[in-house]
Amino acid sequence: MHKRLDRSEIGFKIVSYFLLTIFAVACLYPFIYAISCSISGKEAIEAGKIILWPVGIQFDAFTDIFQRTSFWLCYANTLFLTFFGTLFSILVSIIGAYALSKERLPFGRALNFLLVFTMWFSAGLFATKFFYDLTNNAFKSIGIIDEKWMVVIAMGLNAYNVVLLRNGFRGVPKEIEEAALVDGANEFQIASKVYTPISKATIATVALFYGISRWNGYFWVAQTITSEEQIPLQVYIRNFLDTYVKGTDTTFNLEVFSVQSLFYCMIVASVIPIIIIYPFIQKYFAAGVNLGGVKE
Amino acid sequence: MFKVDSKEKEIVTLYYEKNHWSITLKRMLKDWRLYVMLIPLILVFFFWKYLPMYGLTLSFKNYDSGLGILGSDFIGLAGFKSLMTDPTFWRAFRNTFMLAFYGLLFGFPIPIILALLFSEVKNKGYRSFLQVATYLPKFVSIVVITSLVTLLCTKQTEVYQGGLITQLLTAMKLIPEGTDLLKSPQYFRAIYQISGIWEGAGYGSIVYFAAVLAISPTSYEAAKMDGASKWAQIKNVTLPGMASTITIMLILDIGKLFTIGYEKVYLLYQQETWETADIVATFVMRHSGMASDGVVDQLSKAIAASADLLNAVIAMLLVVGSNIIARRVSETSLY
Repeated sequence: MHKRLDRSEIGFKIVSYFLLTIFAVACLYPFIYAISCSISGKEAIEAGKIILWPVGIQFDAFTDIFQRTSFWLCYANTLFLTFFGTLFSILVSIIGAYALSKERLPFGRALNFLLVFTMWFSAGLFATKFFYDLTNNAFKSIGIIDEKWMVVIAMGLNAYNVVLLRNGFRGVPKEIEEAALVDGANEFQIASKVYTPISKATIATVALFYGISRWNGYFWVAQTITSEEQIPLQVYIRNFLDTYVKGTDTTFNLEVFSVQSLFYCMIVASVIPIIIIYPFIQKYFAAGVNLGGVKE
Repeated sequence: MFKVDSKEKEIVTLYYEKNHWSITLKRMLKDWRLYVMLIPLILVFFFWKYLPMYGLTLSFKNYDSGLGILGSDFIGLAGFKSLMTDPTFWRAFRNTFMLAFYGLLFGFPIPIILALLFSEVKNKGYRSFLQVATYLPKFVSIVVITSLVTLLCTKQTEVYQGGLITQLLTAMKLIPEGTDLLKSPQYFRAIYQISGIWEGAGYGSIVYFAAVLAISPTSYEAAKMDGASKWAQIKNVTLPGMASTITIMLILDIGKLFTIGYEKVYLLYQQETWETADIVATFVMRHSGMASDGVVDQLSKAIAASADLLNAVIAMLLVVGSNIIARRVSETSLY
């Protein structure tokens, strides 16, 4: 009897290792393939010879992209949006979530409801776009020409993240706040000097959520930023790919590398920063998902 | 400063009890700093979440940019009526449902299976490698994912062998030579779902994996003592242990049915694939001038807003309904 039992366990274990390894490889493979394609020669790509490793190595596609000021401009725009966007979102979320975490606050329940309601009911694309456009015009009329500020302020704040922070703050024992009040601290000081350090794991998680979505943000940014000089990398890549689907862009020197290499180069350039920091931050995301399971 | 004796205090308390609002006001004034802290959050949500909800009244207006939302002519249900009689809207509605339904059918069980498999990998180092690898696609932008899909599925031409997936499927004779996967409506759903699983299944397994880890090892030992095979253990220990998580996630996913990722559809769909790929969101984009390939006139904006409104109401009914059920099931509210 024991033998049969062992066999089923070992069998399942082997199947687990096997399937998960295949799935993990399938998850990584497109990225490795993209890197290989970005530095493979024109002939090899057009003949479909790349399986895993690069063939007929060239770095001209990368050089070509890196020589373009428009590419660096977009990269800088992405960094700008990620940095200021994350900073704005997390600061507004922290102070707002702190206030909402106080159950004694008059109208606190109503405000919490209004926050959560935005997760249930969305105004839809058209009306949202309509008000983003109004904001854009309003910002321009008061002299904020840089459309990125509008993206930083109007977009990206997320009710779910505020709820995560609020629940995190609610987990802090009340006695800590009371003790600080007795010591003569006001709520501003308590939020910044007491609650923020205590909840830094939750804050880091939420900040990472914001950071990644800012770095990756596409749709609304593409909808609202009209100026070529202010678009971020994601929009740049997409516009490029559009010309590829509809017909080739002719401004590139496509003698030594293929147009595909060019796209793979852009993809690699946009993914590399994420891949570099990703192993370090991945555990925070896992923690964040399970934070979401924390119920009110 | 003033000496308040107990009798006076009692009178004051009585007075305030009769004047509930003044007490509330007093408490509000005492915590004025908390309200100050809420101002930025309230402003952002007011301007960019709640005003757009008011903007949904555009469904009933003949919008004229010179007159604004309030000033534009009220046209009642005219937009809604032409929406209801528009076969392309019903196509979009059906496609939205089909994408969501298949997404649930395939996208829901796979993370659970992955979590079961992860729990079998006892080697910590290898397991974290597997987790890091399978969560990775979730952190990459939707533009990169759809760009990869586009590049891998590019069709074969005289000068180009085609993307890797096209090559592979052609070599396996699953598709005829010269097929353009991206422009054939019959492949859109498969492309959407497979890339969706690739992107999200690993990340989706995190919450189930946590549920598996929470099951006490003694339960397994007891089952083993009873001579349960691995399959019996999964059926009688692991799955029941995960049941509440699975139920809640299922209910929540059903609640999210109508909020499927429109960005991805928008980035992948083309005129040639509208038959299966056009969803309500992309229908709205085309009718409101957000997508370059749309036709926009005055009524089309009312139509777009009506479609948005309908979508939002259905989505909300699903979310609220699913939350009520989730609350019953788990006896705790989720929000």
